[in-house]
This record gives sequence, structure tokens and C-alpha cells, in this order.
Amino acid sequence: MNGLELQDFITLSALLFCIGVSGIFLNRKNVISLLMSIEVMLLSININFVAFSAFLHDLVGQIFAIFVLTVAGAEAAIGLAILVIYFRTNRTIEIKDISSLRG
Amino acid sequence: MNFTLDLFYIFSFVLVSSALATISARNMVHAAMFLILAFVNASALFILLGAEFLAMLLIVVYVGAIAVLFLFVVMMLNVDVKHENEVNRKRPIFILVGAVLFAEILLIIKFSTVKFYETKTLFPTPTEISNTSAIGNVLYTDFILPFQLAGAVLFVAMIGAIVLTIRDKARPIKKQNIAEQVARNKATSLEVVKVKSGEGIDL
Repeated sequence: MNGLELQDFITLSALLFCIGVSGIFLNRKNVISLLMSIEVMLLSININFVAFSAFLHDLVGQIFAIFVLTVAGAEAAIGLAILVIYFRTNRTIEIKDISSLRG
Repeated sequence: MNFTLDLFYIFSFVLVSSALATISARNMVHAAMFLILAFVNASALFILLGAEFLAMLLIVVYVGAIAVLFLFVVMMLNVDVKHENEVNRKRPIFILVGAVLFAEILLIIKFSTVKFYETKTLFPTPTEISNTSAIGNVLYTDFILPFQLAGAVLFVAMIGAIVLTIRDKARPIKKQNIAEQVARNKATSLEVVKVKSGEGIDL
């Protein structure tokens, strides 16, 4: 396909996924950037699906990417709603301060 | 050099850099902007792969809805950016974890013996119609049940978000007041009632 290789796309997707994972680990500030890291990880999964779909000439990968997109949207909406009510009661969303469920 | 390959390298470079900027930006508004840049570049990569419908969907759904939702929440919550001076001691370990994960995936990609191209194709991509109509032909026939379930997921998420964030007089926010709890004693919380036989009690 015009000199593009499947391996390039898988490598790119793996790199993005690892950036997302490290973002979750490194994050010490607030929950919003944690949700953003999850979005980056879901994007990398979508790239993987679409690359395989294009290189194997199979449409199912693109169909599944649509479902991943749906779940990403639902997850972002619910996560941000929880964030809003948490901020309303506790006036903070810093990860260090969210430890009231700790045993 | 191949023009398509050049485009791939440009777009993936910007994509990876903006993802790195997203996870390391101190200002949350900047992080959301870099997230939008990452999505736009990913949609350009999808166009390179010939998946035009998903590229447009990515822009409409991610940039138009999710990223704007992020921006809205960031600006509504007005999170103050604290410049913490303490150095996170575990930071090199976490970066190492990410690097090791990436190296392992690279090893798998390099030495994988799975022959992807010999697998059976379930829904071959048609060449004579556009990508959008091909997806429509498959999505509304063979995948109608998962499609409806995806709609149900979105519906439940919408109702959940509304129920969570609605402000209701009858259902006020319950906060824990530790001083009030500790200050409770027998006199303020306990009442002993003598109940006469056969009359019942009016609480």
C-alpha cells in the first residue's frame, strides 16, 4: 500500500499506548489528565484496528473501531460527570487528596 | 522518497509529540488542545489508510464532542495549577516501566511468527463502492445487534451523566461532618419513650 507497512502502524500504536500508560503512572496532578491518558490509549487501539483492517482488506476492524469510539465517548461523559460532582462536594480533584476510600 | 511514506512519518511524529505534550502539560487547557491535535493527526493517518469514514467520525466525535467536553469541564472546575517543587522520586521508575512495555511489544512485533495475511477474511473490503457505503452495508445488516447495543451504551451513559450532575432539593449533597458526628451524645440523639399497651406510638 504505497510503501506503508503494517509494522509501522503497529509500532506507532504501541508507542502511543505506552505513552498513555506512562501518563497514568506519572500523573500526580488531577483526574482530568488521567482521563486524557485513557483517551490516548483508546486512540492507539483504534489506530491498531484500522491498520489491520486496511492491510487485511477486512471491514470488521473499522466496524469495531466505531464501537471503541462509542465506549470512549460514554466513558468520557460518565468520568467527567463523576469529576464534576466530586469537585462540587470536595472542592478539589487532586489525586493526592482523593484518598477517602483508602482503608 | 515515497510521498505517502513521508506523510506517514510527518503525521505520526506530530501525533506522538502531541501525545507526549498531553501527558506532560502543566496547564490542563493546553493538554486538551494537544489532545485535539493528536486526534486530528490520527484522523489524517486514517485517511492515509483509506478509512475516510472513520477519519471524519474521529474529528466529529473526538474533536467535536469529547475534547470540547474536556475543555468545558476544565474551564468550569477552574482547577488552579499548583507548581509543586517537590521532585517525584519515582518518576524514572515509571518512565522505565513505559519504556520496558514498549520494548517488549517491539520484540513481539519483530519476532512474531503469526502470519496475518493468511487469515480468513470475513468481510472483504469492496473496491467498487466508497468506504462509507461499504461500512453502512455491513454495519446495518450483519452488525445490527452490536450497533443497537452501542446505542444502548450511549443512552445509559447520557442518563447516568444527567442523574449524577443534576441538582435536586429533595436529594441534597451528603457531606460528612466529622465534628458533628463526634459531638453527638446520648442526650441529643436518644429518646426513651414509654409505650402504653394497646395505644401505639406516634413518632
